[in-house]
Amino acid sequence: MNIVVLVKQVPDTGAERTLSAGDHTLDREGADLVLDEINERAAEEALRLKESSDAEVTVVSMGPDSALDAIRKVLAMGADRAIHICDDRLHGADVVTTAKVLAAAVRTVEDVDLVLAGDATTDGQASAVPAIVADLLGLPQLTHARELDVDGGRVRAERETDSGWATLEASLPALASVTEKINEPRYPSFKGIMAAKKKSVETVDLDDLFPDADDAGVRVTRTRVMEAVPRPARAAGIRVTDDGSAGRQLIEHLIALKLL
Amino acid sequence: MPDVLVLVDHDGERVHKSTYELLSAARRLGNPAAVVVGTPGTAARLAESLARYGATTVHAAESTDAAEFLATPAVDALQLAVREASPAAVLVSATADGNEVAGRLAARLDAGLLIDAVDLDSSGVATQIVFGGSYTVRSQVTQGVPVITVRPGAFETEERPGQAVQRTLALPTADPAASARITARGAALTGDRPGLTEASVVVSGGRGVGGAVGFKVVEELADALGGAVGASRAAVDAGYYPHHFQVGQTGKSVSPQLYVALGISGAIQHLAGMQTSKTIVAVNKDPEAPILGLADYAVVGDLFAVAPQLTQEVAARRAAG
Repeated sequence: MNIVVLVKQVPDTGAERTLSAGDHTLDREGADLVLDEINERAAEEALRLKESSDAEVTVVSMGPDSALDAIRKVLAMGADRAIHICDDRLHGADVVTTAKVLAAAVRTVEDVDLVLAGDATTDGQASAVPAIVADLLGLPQLTHARELDVDGGRVRAERETDSGWATLEASLPALASVTEKINEPRYPSFKGIMAAKKKSVETVDLDDLFPDADDAGVRVTRTRVMEAVPRPARAAGIRVTDDGSAGRQLIEHLIALKLL
Repeated sequence: MPDVLVLVDHDGERVHKSTYELLSAARRLGNPAAVVVGTPGTAARLAESLARYGATTVHAAESTDAAEFLATPAVDALQLAVREASPAAVLVSATADGNEVAGRLAARLDAGLLIDAVDLDSSGVATQIVFGGSYTVRSQVTQGVPVITVRPGAFETEERPGQAVQRTLALPTADPAASARITARGAALTGDRPGLTEASVVVSGGRGVGGAVGFKVVEELADALGGAVGASRAAVDAGYYPHHFQVGQTGKSVSPQLYVALGISGAIQHLAGMQTSKTIVAVNKDPEAPILGLADYAVVGDLFAVAPQLTQEVAARRAAG
């Protein structure tokens, strides 16, 4: 079985994130960049399937040079090879372009059975990229999976979203995205880290992916950010130290605000 | 005026409130036209409510496949409707399903996509709040039919009684090789409480709650206030409460009228998921807890004393009418 796992390097959610003043894109200089933690679980799921079905796992990531760190981490966890789409022209790419580029990269892998991704990344939270990649590749989407089973050419997923749960079924090839709930990712072992250094990372750019590109192949965004304003930090309000009556004081306050 | 297509959220019998909000948003850009994707007969059941909230056209995309396959029938239906109506924009609710459908549609149309708009002006400029509330961004689609998902709760619903013209869209047969089949489904696991993202009151507990048993205090206050229960990542990681209820960057983003944080320190991860709440109340023993610095009402104190007292007061007021 051939599994492709899509991963992204994102700013650490534990740190402050800023937009650059010039083009309103993420300020990567100031950010602490890490492998997105939901994507890491997609990688873990791919590796579990590899262990139970002798699959080959290819990591695909789009991003600047630094994204190589995220790729190496997944290789160190046990993935076999990687494709790194690295092209300055993709700076600030929108959701649709990102999905088109990822889909084109997946097409370069032969006989793909399953494409795996995180259901969201912590920077964008659009949660739309996996579904778009599925559409572009003509694959069934089994997205937001908290549970995934692959057996005999079929895939079954338990989808969970705010509006409820659903059981999804499809035949392979298919695309699945996983939620944070699906598993606990492994830590790369020392042996894995050493082995990762010898694994192949193929670096491609837009011209490799779209050899006869009209401008659609390299169009970066179909939207324009007109303004990005930092929201003022919330100011401290009333502060009381409980003397045994804070609960009663609080209710008066909530009533005054018409919240009760 | 051009049409603005609205994808209808429904359960087969009733239109969801989020759709009426989309119809309000659509009116700013043109004539709201509803697209109903469902099993045969659905559009007829929903047409009257849609017309009452301002839909001037109801497109019916009906087939038995519609309820059986995930997302694809809705994408196909909107694509057909765009071809037929040449709309000024397509609006979809910014839910998990909606964002996926909108994304796939935008890719097929090679059009610009804006996700999770909280406001929209007559020229199609959308306001978004990103990075968990740290930036307000205004953006516009520069290519193709704008496809915009709108955050539920961001627009008021507005009754506009009128008639709607009915149209039929011939939905193609679903291809099981390109679509996942839904073999079972159920409602969200929130029990009797409102869902986290739609609740107007959210009461969340953090590590300060001390354990799964301690969450009873959080639940009792939530129930007294008619709200949802949330949990910080620290509380979830410690096993105090199920992951499904996590509020924060990797959990759910909430924006209720009232957010009550009990025993939560206020890590950036958590703040990113709740700082757009209208009013924030925080109770924490530690006077240095960062969340106290941004709460509208901060109590330095023991949540096990403050929260039950508040619960009792709320219950007493409710009983007194």
